[in-house]
Amino acid sequence: MASQVMSVAEVEAQLRRHQEKELLRLVVVGSVDDGKSTLIGRLLHDTNGVYDDQLSAVKRASTQAGMEIDFSLFTDGLKAEREQGITIDVAYRYFSTERRKFIIADTPGHIQYTRNMATGASTANVGLILIDARLGVLQQSRRHAYIASLLGIPHLAVAVNKMDLVDWNQDVFQRICDDFRKFAAQLDFKDVTFVPVSALKGDNIVERSERAPWYEGPSILGYLETVPIAADRNLQDFRYPVQYVIRPHLNYRGFAAEIASGKVSKGDPILVLPSRQRTRVASIDTYEGSVESASAPLSVTLTLTDEVDVSRGDMLVHPDSVPSVNNRFEATLVWMHQKPLDPQKSYLLKQTTQLQRVEIEQIVSRTNLDTLQAEPCETLELNDIGTVRVRANRPLFFDPYRQNRRTGAFILIDSLGNGTVAAGVILASSSGAGARGQAAPGQHSMVSPRERQERLGQRGMVVLLSGLPGAGKTELAYAAERLLYDRGHVALVVDAGDRPGGAAAPTEPAQPSEAVLDLCRRAADAGLIVLLAFAAPSAVGRTLGQTAIGSDRWLEIAVNAPLERRRAAASDFYARHSTPLYEPPAAPAATVDLGAHSSEAAARLIVDLLEQRGVFSPR
Amino acid sequence: MGAAVTDRVPNTPVAAGAPRAPLDLQSRLSHLRQLESESIHIIREVAAEFENPVMMYSIGKDSSVMARLALKAFHPAKPPFPFLHIDTTWKFREMIEFRNWFAQENGLELIVHTNQEGLRENINPFDHGSQKYTHIMKTQALLQALSKGGFDAAFGGARRDEERSRAKERIYSFRDRYGQWDPKNQRPELWNLYNGKLQKHENIRVFPLSNWTELDIWLYIHLENIPIVPLYFAKERPVVKRDGAWIMVDDDRIPLEPGEKPVLKSVRFRTLGCYPLTGADLSTAVTLPEIIGEMLATRHSERSGRLIDHDEDASMEAKKREGYF
Ligand SMILES: Nc1nc2c(ncn2[C@@H]2O[C@H](COP(=O)(O)OP(=O)(O)O)[C@@H](O)[C@H]2O)c(=O)[nH]1
Repeated sequence: MASQVMSVAEVEAQLRRHQEKELLRLVVVGSVDDGKSTLIGRLLHDTNGVYDDQLSAVKRASTQAGMEIDFSLFTDGLKAEREQGITIDVAYRYFSTERRKFIIADTPGHIQYTRNMATGASTANVGLILIDARLGVLQQSRRHAYIASLLGIPHLAVAVNKMDLVDWNQDVFQRICDDFRKFAAQLDFKDVTFVPVSALKGDNIVERSERAPWYEGPSILGYLETVPIAADRNLQDFRYPVQYVIRPHLNYRGFAAEIASGKVSKGDPILVLPSRQRTRVASIDTYEGSVESASAPLSVTLTLTDEVDVSRGDMLVHPDSVPSVNNRFEATLVWMHQKPLDPQKSYLLKQTTQLQRVEIEQIVSRTNLDTLQAEPCETLELNDIGTVRVRANRPLFFDPYRQNRRTGAFILIDSLGNGTVAAGVILASSSGAGARGQAAPGQHSMVSPRERQERLGQRGMVVLLSGLPGAGKTELAYAAERLLYDRGHVALVVDAGDRPGGAAAPTEPAQPSEAVLDLCRRAADAGLIVLLAFAAPSAVGRTLGQTAIGSDRWLEIAVNAPLERRRAAASDFYARHSTPLYEPPAAPAATVDLGAHSSEAAARLIVDLLEQRGVFSPR
Repeated sequence: MGAAVTDRVPNTPVAAGAPRAPLDLQSRLSHLRQLESESIHIIREVAAEFENPVMMYSIGKDSSVMARLALKAFHPAKPPFPFLHIDTTWKFREMIEFRNWFAQENGLELIVHTNQEGLRENINPFDHGSQKYTHIMKTQALLQALSKGGFDAAFGGARRDEERSRAKERIYSFRDRYGQWDPKNQRPELWNLYNGKLQKHENIRVFPLSNWTELDIWLYIHLENIPIVPLYFAKERPVVKRDGAWIMVDDDRIPLEPGEKPVLKSVRFRTLGCYPLTGADLSTAVTLPEIIGEMLATRHSERSGRLIDHDEDASMEAKKREGYF
């Protein structure tokens, strides 16, 4: 193995170039016989991605088939496995040039295409779709593009293959480009590039070919080496899903994670989710020493200036860019398992470093993969794609997948068999405006929660004052509203309109309806502190309320008063009901007894509680 | 090659350098930094979600990289799991020396396991053939050690580019209680979201280096100044030619054919295992840049030096199903 002699300086220079390469992940898709194996084999072969011993094995096999080199054989090994019934979702291939290292996700299997392609696409920077020049844009091609877009691949390249069989006819190529462009306009790619190629002959694969003088773009490899991917990373929103707590001794507590997005610097203010405690970055530690700042996707360790309680599954963020905190959201699922979705069952959900139990509240629709239209359905089966509403036990910290491929993605796990049954991308919070379908541009609020918070000096909150009729809930609500106003805050009282002496005398202790909860949510979205004075007698009903609003902005206060006081205040009601139905809150944030305290004193307690929860911004 | 360059080579392991100056994490992210971060993520994820992980330590270059990544993942703490070496008793002597130094230098908990039964029966590659020998002294030994330690996750340093059947291997590879791999029962892996839920009696093998290539490994060793066994560097060593491969005569246990005489050749190893089964490459590369230079020029896959893979077609696949890494 004598090497071609290179000088040390030459080697060192080459080394530096290799050490500074970028990494690009590519998923290659095509229908059977479009030439996918041939194209990948070409790329590997022509970039020295195959070794001599592999090459001679392929040459031997090719000669048997009467060819010089059958490039498709470099990536076989999957064909045999398919015959043995082995499920392979993706095979990975590697090659590199001096500019970039490439990881190709090669997704075989025709029956399970959706599942396989979704797997390969989940991490891809670039999707490469093959189209047979003779056949043009088929239903399949559209489907592939749709899945690529769903999984958030930013850049798409379309290789129009077998150009040698259509005499390198420019019109054929142009027609395919036009067809495809029309369709792709509905999808979400940053850019779509078309390359006329012959994988078999090697035209426009590595080198530009002279056979298409009318084509001015790059070869496939030229494109792959230059398509700009650095800007695709979300470097705006700092998301740090804590993975592991490092405690070598009592004086060090480091929080280890892979930065999911954004950038962090020493001294940055930090908001801890879900506790909403505030602190600062004391240091960013690595094996090589501390650094001033770090950005996604590096794995680092943070220490904080305060002794805050942080564990795996929590998320550290910047207070001025907070993700959605909600346990309900709408998502698109790719179903990956033989057993169809069972809405009666609970599943495990893994998102960032959180693992928790979820239910599928509703199956909204399934995408017909031929028409790409949504249609109603009962369930989702293997390789189906559909939209669902998910409810988790605890709030998740997420961003819509469109904005953040790390915090907007999840997998579902069968809680009995433990298999991975679905991949999901989050569309939006379920209770959020425009949850039914994505809001069109301009139809959602242009004011961010952070801006509201800055203007109002508070964040939105719903305080449920729950208690029996006549306990004094509404009186307390107005007392709290006055006190908040006096301190420069903005509140809104929402009650059942069933106050004694009010228009309608109560017949039942009132439960806030969906419409009432919707109003509260909107008010809280707008940054108001809602004082919701409702009997809210059932525990399930209160949980529903908490879920609709989001538990991080929901506070339950139990309001009590002695029977005499209640009777006096709601005599009509108590004349008819001796023991009204009421399940007292199991774990209210506070219990106030309006027999023992004045409304004003109770209101002060509530405002203090809000203060402790960090509802008011320091000014 | 001048002495100035050779000085940097860890001829004795202790000569290995400390990590270089702190990285500029701001700079454009190189593929090595990205691979590093992804591997650290996997190692931390397993440490967080499994009860009793262990890291396989085979002393080779991949193990050296994997161990460095584990040290990085939990710094300033030590990795929260032990390291396991399956000692067939046929490793190169320099490997064992390096292993002991490495564990001590880094304060790692090292478990060394040998199949005692196999040892008693004197199972060796010469009398029993490489297949049977590998099965008893490696595969069996590994399963013994895993079950003895009650480990539910074992990190391995395998890469997908090593040979074809690994291309489709997942990062989390599920095994039944006999350590067997059921290719029909592997889970899809999306994003960086790994499903670590185990059935009773299941355990997993985890391959944090899956996406690294041989070139990446060498570049990283160079970049990070990671100590490796001196056998990777060319030096005059006594070798004999067997089945077209240069086999090093590391001790007198290797039976010489009548008339066969070890010759001194300048050789190095691209991959390290049991010395009677590991072919050497003729080479004069004594520094990392020279090795990488040879790598960039060479056209042989690294496993061509491993006799064990030539036994049967798709042999890795068969071995893996039995529980070999
Ligand atoms: N004429 C011509 N034939 C091609 C080209 N690319 C692939 N083929 C042939 O098309 C057939 C299918 O190719 P293959 O790579 O196996 O397709 P796959 O099923 O997409 O992997 C094989 O017979 C190839 O030789 C091309 O550019 N021109």
